[in-house]
Amino acid sequence: MSSYDHNPIVEMSDITKHFGPVIALNGVSFDVRPGECHCLLGDNGAGKSTFIKTMSGVHKPSSGKILFEGREMSFASPRDAMEAGIATVYQDLAMIPLMSVTRNFWMGREPIKRLGPLKMIDFDKANTVTMEEMRKMGINLRSPDQAVGTLSGGERQTVAIARAVHFGAKVLILDEPTSALGVRQTANVLSTIDKVRKTGIGIVFITHNVRHALAVGDRFTVLNRGKTLGTAQRGQITPEELQDMMAGGQEMVALEGSLGGTV
Amino acid sequence: MTEEAQPAGGPTKAKSDERVKEIGGFRRWLIRPELGGIIGTIAVFLFFIIFAGDSGMFKAQGIMNWSQVSAQFMIIAVGACMLMVAGEFDLSVGSMIGFAGMSIAILGVTLGWPIWIAILLTFALCIAIGAINGLIVVRTGLPSFIVTLAFLFILRGFTIFFPQIIERRTIIGGIDTAAEGDWLAPLFGGEILGFVFQWLSNIGLIEVFERGNRAGEPVIDGLPMLIVWALGLVVFGHFVLTRTRFGNWIFAAGGDAQAARYVGVPVERVKISMFMFTAFCACVFATCQVMEFGSAGADRGLLKEFEAIIAVVIGGALLTGGYGSVVGAALGALIFGVVQQGLFFAGVESSLFRVFLGVILLFAVILNTYIRRIITGER
Repeated sequence: MSSYDHNPIVEMSDITKHFGPVIALNGVSFDVRPGECHCLLGDNGAGKSTFIKTMSGVHKPSSGKILFEGREMSFASPRDAMEAGIATVYQDLAMIPLMSVTRNFWMGREPIKRLGPLKMIDFDKANTVTMEEMRKMGINLRSPDQAVGTLSGGERQTVAIARAVHFGAKVLILDEPTSALGVRQTANVLSTIDKVRKTGIGIVFITHNVRHALAVGDRFTVLNRGKTLGTAQRGQITPEELQDMMAGGQEMVALEGSLGGTV
Repeated sequence: MTEEAQPAGGPTKAKSDERVKEIGGFRRWLIRPELGGIIGTIAVFLFFIIFAGDSGMFKAQGIMNWSQVSAQFMIIAVGACMLMVAGEFDLSVGSMIGFAGMSIAILGVTLGWPIWIAILLTFALCIAIGAINGLIVVRTGLPSFIVTLAFLFILRGFTIFFPQIIERRTIIGGIDTAAEGDWLAPLFGGEILGFVFQWLSNIGLIEVFERGNRAGEPVIDGLPMLIVWALGLVVFGHFVLTRTRFGNWIFAAGGDAQAARYVGVPVERVKISMFMFTAFCACVFATCQVMEFGSAGADRGLLKEFEAIIAVVIGGALLTGGYGSVVGAALGALIFGVVQQGLFFAGVESSLFRVFLGVILLFAVILNTYIRRIITGER
């Protein structure tokens, strides 16, 4: 894949984050290049959430360096990170079910038209763009007025992804986008990830599901107890090895044996 | 293993999903928040046309009578509606009405300041209290129900306390004389379009006084500013909520504050400004009322907060926030006004009005819950 010719968009080295006496991150290094899908794997409590919140400007790291397009950056707020081009799609907080797809899509960045002194939302433009962006992702909406609550979980993720792409994200962080979805919807979201990657956006795909990661990932980084255990390229690592690294080795081997290698 | 989840792309998805039923016109209408209000308004009018049609309720004076009562409800319902859509309540509206009226009376009559100064200062004071309400709610994360309940008592207490210690009574009159010749007072207590009513009486559409020193003049002098304020606030609120960026933020703040924050919506600012707007509406109500009565009383506005909330709920807003309509709330207010005065015209004991309130509130909440399930697809 040509993505290795590019320099990383975001490069984070040796990030630590302490919350009082708790060490949530203890030396994490990670980078994303344009057009790649870099999977961040880790079991519950490994520090995945803290790490992406550091990347998206919610937390400030206690130490370590964040380079954005080669320059050192320190984001004061999620808004700053968003302006720079780092978009985050959170698992369950992405959409407001009672509001229409259009209103959700443009939330916070509504297009404005003027009528004399009155400034109002340009709904014609908003609706057209929303329908168009959703069509690109393979979803035909019944109407842009449709409430997000009527969409399936996978479709909601897709609206959130389409929104991030439309607003010029260079890096898209997906926080466990598939963890609550069924098989079919998971496949849809993974194919959306593939489409977005091909447009040259760097994707950070957080998951604890090795199968989902291997389905679309170009590189895989495993996080365990606040540390990165190294990064592997596609084809250099087997699902079993990834699984072992995530779970921290020994007990998992024993468990897997008793379950007949199905986990 | 990797292939199973690597789909070919989306051509199959692009077709419409066979499991999504086409939504018929009826259901599409059903998910409009105003529906309950529209049906209720029609029902209420039909009812009173049948049972009180010959009582004068639908003659000029009768119409003006229930229009004014409805307009009062409307003014506070607009504020309560927008605040509820933003996900918060204000239980201090009724006390705020009493407080604002008393403030105008004390500043304008007791202290003898010009009425326009009294009005402007009162507005500033009320909006500031609204901002404090909002700040406390936003900063502490406490339910607005509790915070504004505290202000319900605090403001009512002061409303009784100040006139007691200053004037040794709880009603202060003389506002009408103090307001004579004032430039700002007519904005709340005056009437406009008198010539229209003169013309309507000339062509025989409305009655004229037949006896007394005003014989020949139309029974209605003009459109009271109270009604102008009500209609103006409804148009303003509806426009802001449905057409503007800020309106989208109000929906977002009430629908899911955290999701809104993630996309950069200033949720705190939105909520605080809605508390301020609710206080503004209460102050408009109070100013119109003291200009009409010429006096301020410590018990004014009692229970108004609940009546406003009921009007908003009849108008289709969800108590949990994120969904509602100013037009719906206005229709809810109209239903209130018509029923309250209609029972009087129909010669029914007026205490039944409260029974009606309770029953219709129950129906509205059940209907709204059902509608919410349709919108969000919950089962």
